[in-house]
Amino acid sequence: MDELKLHDINNDRFNKKLFIKIMLHACYILIGITMIYPLLWLFLASFKTQPEIFSSTNIISLPKKWLITNYIEGWKGFGNETFGVYFLNTIIISTVATIGAIFSSSVVGFGFARTRFFGKGILFSLMLSTMMIPYPIIMIPQYLIFQKLRLVDTFVPLILPSWLGTPFHIFLVTQFMRSIPKELDESAVIDGCSKFGLYFRILLPLSQSALMTVAIFSFYWRWNDFTQALIYLNKPRLYTLSIALRMFADPTSVSNWGAMFAMSVLSIIPVFFVFFFLQRHVTEGISTTGIKG
Amino acid sequence: MIFFIKNLKAAIFMDRKTPFSKVFEEKLIGYVFILPWLIGVFGLTLFPMLVSMYISFCKYDLLGLPKFIGLKNFYFLFFQDQKFFTSIKITFFYVVTAVPLRLVFSLIIAMILNRRGLNTGIYRTVYYLPSIIGSSVAVAIVWRELFGTNGLINKFTALFGYETNISFIGSQHAAIWVIILLYMWEFGSSMLIFLAGLQNIPEMYYEAAKIEGAGFWRRLFGITIPLLSPILLFNMINQMIHGFLVFTQVYIITGGKGGPIDSTLVYALYMFRRAFEFQDMGAASAMAWIMLLIIGALSLTVFTTSKYWVYYESKEGK
Repeated sequence: MDELKLHDINNDRFNKKLFIKIMLHACYILIGITMIYPLLWLFLASFKTQPEIFSSTNIISLPKKWLITNYIEGWKGFGNETFGVYFLNTIIISTVATIGAIFSSSVVGFGFARTRFFGKGILFSLMLSTMMIPYPIIMIPQYLIFQKLRLVDTFVPLILPSWLGTPFHIFLVTQFMRSIPKELDESAVIDGCSKFGLYFRILLPLSQSALMTVAIFSFYWRWNDFTQALIYLNKPRLYTLSIALRMFADPTSVSNWGAMFAMSVLSIIPVFFVFFFLQRHVTEGISTTGIKG
Repeated sequence: MIFFIKNLKAAIFMDRKTPFSKVFEEKLIGYVFILPWLIGVFGLTLFPMLVSMYISFCKYDLLGLPKFIGLKNFYFLFFQDQKFFTSIKITFFYVVTAVPLRLVFSLIIAMILNRRGLNTGIYRTVYYLPSIIGSSVAVAIVWRELFGTNGLINKFTALFGYETNISFIGSQHAAIWVIILLYMWEFGSSMLIFLAGLQNIPEMYYEAAKIEGAGFWRRLFGITIPLLSPILLFNMINQMIHGFLVFTQVYIITGGKGGPIDSTLVYALYMFRRAFEFQDMGAASAMAWIMLLIIGALSLTVFTTSKYWVYYESKEGK
């Protein structure tokens, strides 16, 4: 009798557990669908004809025919420039800025983590406090400076700041380098390694994972950046994808919605790729540093 | 200045006999490494800030030279300009609703994802995806379509047999909520930070609490929230600052105007328009400084009150 009861309870508990498990997964999937829905909608709309996009009364529907005309039309761009030009511009800016971010954050991070100099403490706190200054505060005077230097309508204002170091990136790398055991340096110094050698041979290779995080986020920021491109790039041949898409989306001039959606899809594909292939680095970077995606 | 240099020299060349290369290697080489940042912080941050402060007291339209006009820009913003107060009001409304909503939402999701024995990796990826691409123009465009006349909500009501034709973007009352919803959609990054924090709470605390008979709410407010409070503080300040600066999505969704009838004219957007549309660099710079002061004051308030609600475990010694 007793045995039977126990069995019943166990079975019951098992069922309850399974039920909770299924409910949880259902809940997760539902949230997941909500998260993905806008992107899915965009993706499907990019293959539809214009009347089809707006006439459908379903929340989600597959295109009647998968058309690539939107992509062909969209790629033609406007103002004598194709989307290829915008892609190329965005790739150039993002790549050069990302290389700059890796360079500056590793070099400056090394400086703060591994060298001694007069006023280091003060300068480090200065860097931490500039981390809190939001970009819009210095947006206008920076523009005035770049304008006086005749650098408006070049890529320099979008790239140079990365080469000079973003406080958050520097902080991240400094903290990482500080966690690398000093014994490694000491033995290298005994073997006659200079500070530059120390940087190139020991700390740079060992900081790879922190620099990976810096690289990924700097790439995202540059690729998605809108504000700076909007301020500094006024000629169609210099436009980045963000600006080109905005031109496409201008409510007063929109004519071809399908093409706009198609180009929107193309513009987020590289971000998707980086995300899926380097996902582990991304999530690690977020959870350990609280960096904003 | 000369005195300072002499002192510096004395500090560096303590012993005249040490060769320069050695002094360089030990005391000066650090400057070489941090040089990029030094140029950046003075050239692109501190100097521009000073310039911006000066220009906030000037009339300047990018063409001539800045003309000193004293406090007139501030007087204009505070006493003559209707839009300035509108933008402050909207931005505060946005921050006060969007930030807590997102924090609570991401905490709830993090808590239901933080279950041992369940493989939640794939969900994490999916939930996090929007915060990676959320700031892109493409997403703002989609958002504009979904909440426009032909958008999602109207199709949703049609499912139940009601033909509606509402444009949320075009509505003076609903437009700001569309932007808040977009902000909520990008909750992934704060969710990940919370998840990392949750995973650091030792399971035995909960087990002990369960044995003592503590229910779900008791465990939530007795263990989870106090132990997460440092992360909550960090997230809150971070999100608050970002909330004050919302720009790109509003710009795209409202076509750069902040309409309808200025109902989404957030602070950063108005500042941008002051500067580049009205060519009024003086008032725009004044606005930048006012924003810096507001953000500074708010962060300081949050920090100083944090000692009453943030719990640091290390005090007890681990």
